Amino acid sequence: MTATTTPGRVRSATEVVQGPTWALMARSFGSLLRRDVVVTGKDLVSFVAQVFLQPVFFLFVFGKLLTGLGYTSSDFSSLLFPGLVALTATVTAIQATAFPLVAEFGWTKEIEDRLLAPLPLWVVAAEKLLFASLRAMVAAAVMFPIGIGVLGSVPYRAAGLGLLIGIGLLGSLVGACIGMTIGTFVPPTKISMAFSLIFTPLLFTGATQYPWPLLTHLRWFQIVTAANPITYVSEGMRAALVPSIPHIPGWICVLALIGSLAVFGIIGLIGFRRRAVD
Amino acid sequence: MVDSVISPNAVEVRDLVKRYPKARTNAVDRLSFAVVRGEIFGLLGPNGAGKSTTIGVLTTRVRPTAGKALIAGVDVVAAPRTVRSLLGVVPQRNNLDRSLSVRQNLLFHAAYHGVPKAVRTARADTLLAQFSLTERANDKPEYFSGGQNQRMMIARALMHDPTVLFLDEPTTGLDPAARLFVWDRVRELRDAGVTVVLTTHDMDEAATLADRVGIVDSGRLLALDSPVALVRGLAGGATLQVTVETAGEHGMARLLARLGGLPGVQRCEQVGTAGEVRTLRLHLTGDAGALVARVVAAIADAGSRLIGVQIRESSLEDVFIELTGRRLR
Repeated sequence: MTATTTPGRVRSATEVVQGPTWALMARSFGSLLRRDVVVTGKDLVSFVAQVFLQPVFFLFVFGKLLTGLGYTSSDFSSLLFPGLVALTATVTAIQATAFPLVAEFGWTKEIEDRLLAPLPLWVVAAEKLLFASLRAMVAAAVMFPIGIGVLGSVPYRAAGLGLLIGIGLLGSLVGACIGMTIGTFVPPTKISMAFSLIFTPLLFTGATQYPWPLLTHLRWFQIVTAANPITYVSEGMRAALVPSIPHIPGWICVLALIGSLAVFGIIGLIGFRRRAVD
Repeated sequence: MVDSVISPNAVEVRDLVKRYPKARTNAVDRLSFAVVRGEIFGLLGPNGAGKSTTIGVLTTRVRPTAGKALIAGVDVVAAPRTVRSLLGVVPQRNNLDRSLSVRQNLLFHAAYHGVPKAVRTARADTLLAQFSLTERANDKPEYFSGGQNQRMMIARALMHDPTVLFLDEPTTGLDPAARLFVWDRVRELRDAGVTVVLTTHDMDEAATLADRVGIVDSGRLLALDSPVALVRGLAGGATLQVTVETAGEHGMARLLARLGGLPGVQRCEQVGTAGEVRTLRLHLTGDAGALVARVVAAIADAGSRLIGVQIRESSLEDVFIELTGRRLR
């Protein structure tokens, strides 16, 4: 019954009828991931530019320059640093899914070959999310040596390490799901407009540069900020690194991020499916 | 024994319907056909006839509205993953991975399909040689010509040893040498046992390459047979094309009626005009040579002047035009 397969032969019935096993699926998933790692490795310069330039300038101007000139207090850099780690993680993840998906579904069509692999569609989508999150985690981690280089020292607390990693991972995953939502629902012709419309508000309403609990005098802005998932990443990072600064409790941040992950994860996967199958 | 378990048809489509959201008509409208194992099957039709949608359904990228589509007896909706492991797809548009080299494109494709490393490395070398890509194996496909891209996409599609290969307009935009190269490779594949389904609106391609041709328009199947049988069956034997000079519409109508009434002439139509000079095409049921003398006499009788005569054997194009019309879309 076990017919051998040589190129171009009709395959045996057993081979045809059986679906791929889990082991086979895991191998294929690994290959998808390997492809993204190989491609990123070939293009390290753009990865570095995309990920690090903005935070480095942010840290330098707001954390170092303005403090040195006496316009901001030295406390500001320990408030800003966790916010910037949060921003780097989420924005990197958003960009790492949104841009490739817009291009690959829109004009390069490169993703088609992967969609024709014998994998469920959600696995292809999950790989995109996982890879974007890994990229974001690396970017967030590298913020620490950069911060030490630019500021001299950065806030760190061994007791907060678990929360730091947990919030970083959740923030990266939420960012990746937001990116997938943008990348699959926004038509390619509107992407540059969408980025200015979505990105700029996202950047400034994420409690990156200010602590959320102190916004009570500006109620409307506090409400707007509460709707941005990045707020919970920033506040969670503060809870982990600088608990002396007023912040939203860590467990609320974790819950809010799990909620955001569920919402954007579902919307992102629906969008992916919509683009993958007509 | 093995074959009796699975369907004898490599591809089977039954009453397939696809209506896109917000569309007012069906892109594919109760289409049914079967492709036998080991044949080259051509899906021929004008732009927008539903060819690519049909291929889309068969390759699991388009969800059918109704009906069934099977690859080697496996339902594309019920078991899309199994179906994807059975088929290879060469799309109309270049979708190569531009960030990877030629060799990496092949290797990664096979890896996505779970082909073991030793097998995929060996297979990549064989296919690179077969498709004359060995020298460029480490280049990125960014600056490749249309012909090189096409060769690469076919090689890539073969990396996981598919049972059925889909080629969507495989030679559109290729130069003659590249076209012949693709045709040769496709025939070799058929000879090796791979079933090939290709869409085209190139009549030459369909006539010379396909074992059987299905002509579709508006999502429906209009005819299905071997190219030779289609030509013989639908367009009659041959056509006689005459160029005449006739004064006035009245004279022209008289001439058309007279030629159309000749025994052995099935139909007479005007296919071109340049002032008083007109080109007429006579569709014949019998032998063209025997009719020429009578046609020439009829033209003289009608008071027209004969400028040229041309005997043409019917081609698949005549069948195609007869079935789908001359309307532009």
